[in-house]
Amino acid sequence: MHEWALAESVVETVLKVSKKENLNRVSEIKVKLGVLQQIEEDIFRSALKDITASCGAVFEGVNIKLDKEEAVFKCRRCGYVWKFTDSLDVKEENQEDIHFVPEVVHVYMRCPSCKSFDFEVVRGRGVSIDYVEGE
Amino acid sequence: MDPRGNIIKKRLEGVKRVIAVSGGKGGIGKSVVAAVLSLILKEKGKKVGIFDVDFCGPCAHMILGVREAYPQEEKGIVPPEVEGIKFMSINYYSKDNPAPFREKDTSSAFVEMFAITQWGSLDFLILDMPPGTKDVILDTIRFIPRVEFLILTSASQIVLKTVKKTIRLLKEESVSCVGVIENMSRPDFEVKESEITEEGVKFLGRIKFDGSLEEALGNPSKLLKTKFALSLNKIIIKNTDFISR
Repeated sequence: MHEWALAESVVETVLKVSKKENLNRVSEIKVKLGVLQQIEEDIFRSALKDITASCGAVFEGVNIKLDKEEAVFKCRRCGYVWKFTDSLDVKEENQEDIHFVPEVVHVYMRCPSCKSFDFEVVRGRGVSIDYVEGE
Repeated sequence: MDPRGNIIKKRLEGVKRVIAVSGGKGGIGKSVVAAVLSLILKEKGKKVGIFDVDFCGPCAHMILGVREAYPQEEKGIVPPEVEGIKFMSINYYSKDNPAPFREKDTSSAFVEMFAITQWGSLDFLILDMPPGTKDVILDTIRFIPRVEFLILTSASQIVLKTVKKTIRLLKEESVSCVGVIENMSRPDFEVKESEITEEGVKFLGRIKFDGSLEEALGNPSKLLKTKFALSLNKIIIKNTDFISR
């Protein structure tokens, strides 16, 4: 469960934000989970709960929102746009590789239209913080 | 907001020194020096890790003969030990396939892998750097606390020119440089020490071109017996502060 390491990076960042914004208490965090990284939502949520609980009063009663974000790609050669969920040609074992390092999608996926490897991940790569609320 | 960079400092808390083996151009032996340096430090009783951050052309696994090893998942990923050295590479996930990454991809992979890799306690983490001064070097300077650069050069003016630029860049960023090693040195064509020292950096020594090195690749015990490894070991012994700092 390498989700724990990413959850820890979220908490570390929220603590940094709360310090900068002089927040005594963080009431809500919204995290976007890009589909490309295939994060196990339950494991990630449970890791976030455990880590925030160990940080003391600042996260007391915090509401954690997780929002899945579709992974979208655009081919730099032909302009074709597609979703990760449309890419049925990526083998299961390679999906596991992408889970650990999403950039290796460039190794295992090709543009469905022109077969180019030169495409960009427009959105939905991995874990990102949408917002932090508190007082 | 990308949270990953904020956890890197914590991931490296147990690492005493991070040495980035870098150089001006490709093909001057960065990966071999990084790999053999790791083996030598391990032989000297140090706890060592090596991370191949040349994401488009990883080859440290070939030099060290890494086979069948794969990281474990434990609150992140834990690098497997190869010859007693913790070894991390994107090659576990790209599997010797071509990796057509643009710079923003290498930069993102760099941050991701440092954010999720649990190194534990180490005396040395050796980074096998890609050529040039592109994103991975800039990210190393930005994200890796207390990083020190070990720079390789050859006597070629083309390489030296780039090496000097790298040294100036590191100085400007107040990043430590342990020194410069001349690799693939030939008696009739050597770097003048003053070319390096006038840049305010220590010239650590020379490693002669060793034609037998190629045969030892993939075999750590054979590698350690090469003239190349013996020269590198001498350089380390001569510059005592290299390991005792």
